[in-house]
Amino acid sequence: MMVKKRGFLQQLNIPKQCQKYGLSLWQCPQFLFLIMGIVIIGVSLISYALGTRYLVEPEMVALLVLLVTIVLFVIAFTIVRNFERLAEVSRMKTEFISVVSHQLRSPLSNLKWAIELLMSGRLGKIEEKQTEYFKILKENSARMAELVSDLLVVSRIETATLALKKKEISLEELTKELISEFNLFARASNVEIKFQPQKNLPQVWLDPSQIKLVIENFLDNAIRYVKEKGKVEICLKKTDKAVLFEIKDNGVGIPKEDRKYIFQKFFRSENVLRYQTQGSGLGLYIAKAIVEKSGGKIGFESEESKGSTFWFTLPIK
Amino acid sequence: MKKILFIEDESALQKTFGEVLKQEGYEMISALDGETGLRLAKSKKPDLILLDLILPNVHGFEVLKQLKEAGETKKIPIIVLTNLEKIGDVEKAIELGATTYLVKAQYSLQEVVEKVKKALSENNQ
Repeated sequence: MMVKKRGFLQQLNIPKQCQKYGLSLWQCPQFLFLIMGIVIIGVSLISYALGTRYLVEPEMVALLVLLVTIVLFVIAFTIVRNFERLAEVSRMKTEFISVVSHQLRSPLSNLKWAIELLMSGRLGKIEEKQTEYFKILKENSARMAELVSDLLVVSRIETATLALKKKEISLEELTKELISEFNLFARASNVEIKFQPQKNLPQVWLDPSQIKLVIENFLDNAIRYVKEKGKVEICLKKTDKAVLFEIKDNGVGIPKEDRKYIFQKFFRSENVLRYQTQGSGLGLYIAKAIVEKSGGKIGFESEESKGSTFWFTLPIK
Repeated sequence: MKKILFIEDESALQKTFGEVLKQEGYEMISALDGETGLRLAKSKKPDLILLDLILPNVHGFEVLKQLKEAGETKKIPIIVLTNLEKIGDVEKAIELGATTYLVKAQYSLQEVVEKVKKALSENNQ
């Protein structure tokens, strides 16, 4: 009996039900159903009030109210039905991403470790020519693993199960660490990275493993989409109640018409596709979700073929 | 020779890992499901157990719980090696008595071997 009651109460928890679908409140069938109900009752009452005022016969008033209610009911029913279908598709898509990313992980770890074993020479010496091909195997399985791990984060964001393990840390230290990881890639791409943190920055409250994904994505984008000689400037500043991370590049920039889509998942701008065909279009979508969940803000300014500046803020505890 | 019990249903991983452990001078006992894992842990008395969580017939968490409850296997260090990463999984495993929790996708073979060596040496002290 208790279980049944809780089940019923949970059904009444509309925001939670909507979260399960991965939809915003205004697209969620349960919520729309509630709104439609209120609208129908409201309009029936109004038509009754108007009817009694302008119509003499009570039968006509009843007929008017009845007709208005029926018409509204049919409209509401159609709208809710359509949104139900939309919600179902959205739920299936979320589930699909989750199943795919989970199921691909095991074979990918098997691959990764088998390649590592072969390359370690433990199973016998490898010819130089073979090494090249093993490297191709390794790099490509790593690329797949990265995409799968991105999809996994997306699925967590969509099902609202992305957990942050926050602690107080120095954003400066974290940034320094990540820049040194990217140095090789930067040098290979002919990009110079400058880091200018403000002095005596306070610590911020964040999940290092998640914010790492955000900074890595910013760095990767800044280095990847340069023209000939790249310049990337990173600065950290203290603002009112937050620390601001800003990264400025002189890369290809973002065309005006693409700016509003930049944080959408799977979106890739036309002009970057000309430079780089690789990339899933998930990085900035993930970055936005992580920063916002951490209580910060994210944004950018950009001018096509001159460069972009991406920034985010994180609250000081 | 130190004995390591590897409870993991992916035979590909059993093979790769077995090869490395053998070369590192360990004896590897493999179990492809939870029930066999529990049985072998009791009969073979391994020095360390590597445990996957998604296993046929008995789930990894249940295996972990039973091993840490039974007197004869209580002291064996257990490393959880899995791709499961749901909220609370790590905490649950550590609470049940696991030494470390490793997510397969985040570690190289060599790094896992290092963790095994570390856990074995810590247990010896």
